[in-house]
Amino acid sequence: MQLNTEDLEREFQAKIDSGRSIEPKDWMPEKYRKTHIRQISQHAHSEIVGMLPEGNWITRAPSLKRKVTLLAKVQDEGGHGLYLYSAAETLGITRDELYEQLHSGKAKYSSIFNYPAVTWADMGAVGWLVDGAAIMNQVMLTRTSFGPYARAMVRICKEESFHQRQGFEIMLTLCQGTEVQKRMAQDALNRWWWPSLMMFGPKDEESTHTEQAMKWRIKLKTNDELRQQFVDQTIPQIKILGLEVPDKDLKWNESRGSYDFGAINWEEFWNVVAGNGPCNKERLEARKSAFENGAWVRDAAMAYAEKKEALKEAV
Amino acid sequence: MNTKLYEYILLLADNPLILGHRLSELCGHGPSLETDIALTNISLDLFGQVRNYFQYAAQVQGLGKSEDDIAFLRYEHEYRNVIMVEQANKDFAWVIARQFFFDAYHKPLLEQLAGSNDAQLSAIAHKSLKEVQYHHHFSSEWVKRLGDGTEESHTRMQDAINHFWPYMGELFEETALEKEMKENGTGADLVAIKPVFKSFTNEIMAEAGITVPSSEWSHSGGKKGTHSEHLGFILTELQYMQRAYPNMTW
Repeated sequence: MQLNTEDLEREFQAKIDSGRSIEPKDWMPEKYRKTHIRQISQHAHSEIVGMLPEGNWITRAPSLKRKVTLLAKVQDEGGHGLYLYSAAETLGITRDELYEQLHSGKAKYSSIFNYPAVTWADMGAVGWLVDGAAIMNQVMLTRTSFGPYARAMVRICKEESFHQRQGFEIMLTLCQGTEVQKRMAQDALNRWWWPSLMMFGPKDEESTHTEQAMKWRIKLKTNDELRQQFVDQTIPQIKILGLEVPDKDLKWNESRGSYDFGAINWEEFWNVVAGNGPCNKERLEARKSAFENGAWVRDAAMAYAEKKEALKEAV
Repeated sequence: MNTKLYEYILLLADNPLILGHRLSELCGHGPSLETDIALTNISLDLFGQVRNYFQYAAQVQGLGKSEDDIAFLRYEHEYRNVIMVEQANKDFAWVIARQFFFDAYHKPLLEQLAGSNDAQLSAIAHKSLKEVQYHHHFSSEWVKRLGDGTEESHTRMQDAINHFWPYMGELFEETALEKEMKENGTGADLVAIKPVFKSFTNEIMAEAGITVPSSEWSHSGGKKGTHSEHLGFILTELQYMQRAYPNMTW
């Protein structure tokens, strides 16, 4: 019996509702496929653009141990990009097409990476806050409906939580150090705090995709819920460090059992999304030039593989 | 303190230090994600080796210094790396040529050091050898791919080989210290490594369709502390934090 689209959609949703995963060869609504290509590739792009601000500090890391840890961290991000591009490719799009969307500005990546990493303390703050905020989203995604994405997330989450601990440890070392180091740590917190809160995306009432995303188990919590969870989790850590939260409106709300925090500068958020952040141009330029300068290398590898294949067939 | 052993460790460790630094500059900028990850891996391996060497050097020196003091707080003329590893990442073919020549030297060097009568050096060499076998395979495969890939990749690979050719001789130039360390059973025999290096690199270049340059002349000086202009810039970055914020814990 031939099922019509409505039946297929009903069956598809029932599968999701029962907690089973959708695999690349399963039937899926076109919108589900497109949404996943958009979200997974945006995530992959964030990983590889995210290599840049931290990559800037590898050659200047203050000790051999920190250098090796940072190199390994940035390399992990490249690895995450690799699994995520592969997960997106299972939906019928090539990596080159995805790069093209990044380079043309059609695809977005996490705006946080458009902020500059100006001191060594930023390596601590980025690992601790940015990876920390990313994990909140990613832990949720380990239970998402699309199988390859959920499985990629399980592996990524393990590494990210390791990165977060390393970031916090960098901050802790600075905070237990000299006055200069403490000031460096506070300055980094001041600069990364608000952009980290913005990482969860617009307020719920302005978030356009939430309802559909929840139906498909791409989202299990709303942006505001995750943001609050992040604030509640991070404030005690800031206290351990002995730093000040750069928010004069922050206070514990006894009745909610949560922290109330000050207003986010959404104008800044939308400006950075629109391309006006401090490093948008540099980040995209760096990605484009790596891709363009690498074209002859990829062509050579392809030509060589074809020659080898032809030789094998001739034998 | 055993000054000679300390100096010899620097001769071994400064090459992976500076080469690791050059490779780390590429992290996030590779021609593909796969090559980016692979080059970062090599850089990570080299820094891991450097840490083993410098921890040992600090112990031999016996002045209570750390691996970081040795890595970051020397002046230009106190670094003992060959000039070849300082050369810039002009393009991927340069990166590969530099790596190819270094790996072709590094592998037999470590094979020899694995038999050193110094237990610590022998242990470091054993551990490093596993990693360097992979580097050796990676770089030689890429010489073949680029040499025998497209017309453009061939031209670039040949240009890179031509550029690095006159820097190779220094790898085999035996200093008085290296000669003494060889004779007392601690160090490697560079004279014996050279033919292994030659036959391997010639074989790969022939397979890659690369013309082997004929000049026998070579730059030198790095091992004695006379470097190219590149080293000052490398150290400016490498030492930045340690120089700008002295005596702090990171």
